[in-house]
Amino acid sequence: MEISKPEFLQLYYYLLLTRAVEERVTVLYRQGRIAGGVYTSHGMEAISVGYACALQSDDIAAPFHRDMGAFLVRGITPGEIVAQYLGKRTGPTKGKDGNVHLGDLNRGIFAFVSHLADNLPVAVGAALAFKLRGESRVVVTNTGDGGTSRGDFHEALNLASVRKLPVIFFCNNNQYAYSTPLHHQMAIQDVVERAKAYAIPGEIVDGNDVAAIYLMAQSAIQRARAGGGPTFIECKTMRMHGHSEHDSAKYVPRELLEEWKKKDPILKAEQSLKQLGYVDDVELLEVRKRVEKDIEAAVEFAEQSPLPEGPETLEGVYAETLVEVLA
Amino acid sequence: MMTTAVAHEVTYLEAISEALDEEMSQDERVFLLGEDIGPYGGAFRITEGFQEKYGEWRVFDTPLSESGIVGAAIGAAMMGMRPIVEMQFADFISCAFDQITEMAAKNHYRWGAAVPMVIRAPYGGGVHGGPFHSVCPEAWFFHTPGLKLVAPSTAYDAKGLLKSAIRDNNPVLYFEHKFLYRRVKETLPPEDFFVPIGEAEIKRKGRDLSVITYGAMVHIALEAAEQLDQEGIDLEVVDLRTLSPLDRHTIVDSVGKTSKVIVLHEATKTGGIGAEISALLAEECFSSLDAPILRIAAPDTPVPYSPPLEEFFLPKARDVIAAARQLVAY
Ligand SMILES: Cc1ncc(C[n+]2csc(CCOP(=O)(O)OP(=O)(O)O)c2C)c(N)n1
Repeated sequence: MEISKPEFLQLYYYLLLTRAVEERVTVLYRQGRIAGGVYTSHGMEAISVGYACALQSDDIAAPFHRDMGAFLVRGITPGEIVAQYLGKRTGPTKGKDGNVHLGDLNRGIFAFVSHLADNLPVAVGAALAFKLRGESRVVVTNTGDGGTSRGDFHEALNLASVRKLPVIFFCNNNQYAYSTPLHHQMAIQDVVERAKAYAIPGEIVDGNDVAAIYLMAQSAIQRARAGGGPTFIECKTMRMHGHSEHDSAKYVPRELLEEWKKKDPILKAEQSLKQLGYVDDVELLEVRKRVEKDIEAAVEFAEQSPLPEGPETLEGVYAETLVEVLA
Repeated sequence: MMTTAVAHEVTYLEAISEALDEEMSQDERVFLLGEDIGPYGGAFRITEGFQEKYGEWRVFDTPLSESGIVGAAIGAAMMGMRPIVEMQFADFISCAFDQITEMAAKNHYRWGAAVPMVIRAPYGGGVHGGPFHSVCPEAWFFHTPGLKLVAPSTAYDAKGLLKSAIRDNNPVLYFEHKFLYRRVKETLPPEDFFVPIGEAEIKRKGRDLSVITYGAMVHIALEAAEQLDQEGIDLEVVDLRTLSPLDRHTIVDSVGKTSKVIVLHEATKTGGIGAEISALLAEECFSSLDAPILRIAAPDTPVPYSPPLEEFFLPKARDVIAAARQLVAY
């Protein structure tokens, strides 16, 4: 499959935007402006940008905590993201939750819970709804390597596979789960081996190659839409920052980070864009400038937004009205 | 990690480390398992240096599998070991729910197989953790016969209760409050000491009304007591320390003496520990009560993230003060 210039430029824009949003949020965190934790996808942006760009607007993304790109691609604005981190009322959870614990049914993106892999059976359930109604919509979800050790992961894969549900399981294999290296997490080298046990076709892709991820997501999505059932896609990558921004990650060998720094997904995308003859340096700079402007506007929006007031704590425990979902 | 020899000041967090260290060095059967507890020393660094001292097997880094970890601890416990599981956050204990409530809690009752194990659960709010890093899940387990639940409020109790929990022959859920980790300190005696499971402690003697509480709220109650003292209102603060089994005597005696009571906890109100205590008091102290039983607890919502919301959510000394004035005037 070929990737067109507008498609690639869109991927590139979201790679840059994701990095920029997270970098800005990290600065705010260091300034003590963010009350809670910050978990970035630095160096792993290609995964969620790639899969999210492959979705149609009525599909569903069910991301996890390294998937900032998916939120942005699905239309959560950078301003909303920063507002969420700052606990502002204009964040998608109105201050009820922090970091990327957010979602919006109307924009086709689920909010995950911290409990790793809990979002996978839920993603499968969304796919089940599509199947029940005979719709050709699909769900893409993602988990870390660590999350695949939980029972919910296995239950989700099995459930999806026995009924060939239209769900694509991504796995961000960044080699660490907090401080736990992969060899303490599982006795296999490739997480994709896990999919075999459930007869789910598995693929391995370079997790830092946004174009490859995008194309692979597209073909898995196509297969799922046609009734071919789930696919499992393992993205090989590296967690370049600590588990969260408070963690210096001394347990990660520096050489490993140096090695992966050279494989930075943004650098890689720029090289490919040039190789394909799609852009020159001037055009790349334009995208950067656009991103910078977007970030400034986002921070301004978030800073000017009000904090919620105490009694708002009590709102929304039960559903009084139903959000009309895209159908 | 340090070994105790002389009286010394430690934080609540260090007291937990000391208890683990002392029990591990005295009893080979005691071992730790959990996520990131080895070289990393745990999310809160409670087991920092432990793996160097006790080796990879006794400080066992696990895959990310709470249900598996708790189940494995149960199996090892039945085989004569004394496992201590660290939940990275108490919130994730829900992933191990059935191993705790079905296997650990029911084994001895059904077939006489004791399960001497401890699950350490760093819990509680006030640290801007949001809905999934702040929860007080004790009531989920309070309703389960066969489990013991402890929730210390001081460094002394943290150490003494953990040592007792490790030596207990039953599954003990040990709720350690994250907000207290580095905020409370105390000079601990040099010798081995234990705080018995099942015994509450009067943290402040008082005449006018009893506040029955535990965990971080003990400090809120003491803060309120200080301020009320200036108004001539004398609070008695009962620190439950153990939630299951409840120390009914201390609760009933205190309220029998003061005739007025506030039940205070950080967990949400409905179906919380306070509901049980209120029912107990209604059953056993009805004739000595001079005013309605008042409960102060978090509202029935998840723990919100944004600081003004979390501030609203958590019970405060001013809530206790207002309730105390109301009761005194009753
Ligand atoms: C059930 C559960 N246990 C523990 C945690 C605490 N925790 C948060 S992220 C994390 C590591 C996750 O590793 P992985 O799934 O590989 O994703 P990564 O963060 O490396 O992208 C841990 C242990 C959690 N969120 N959920």
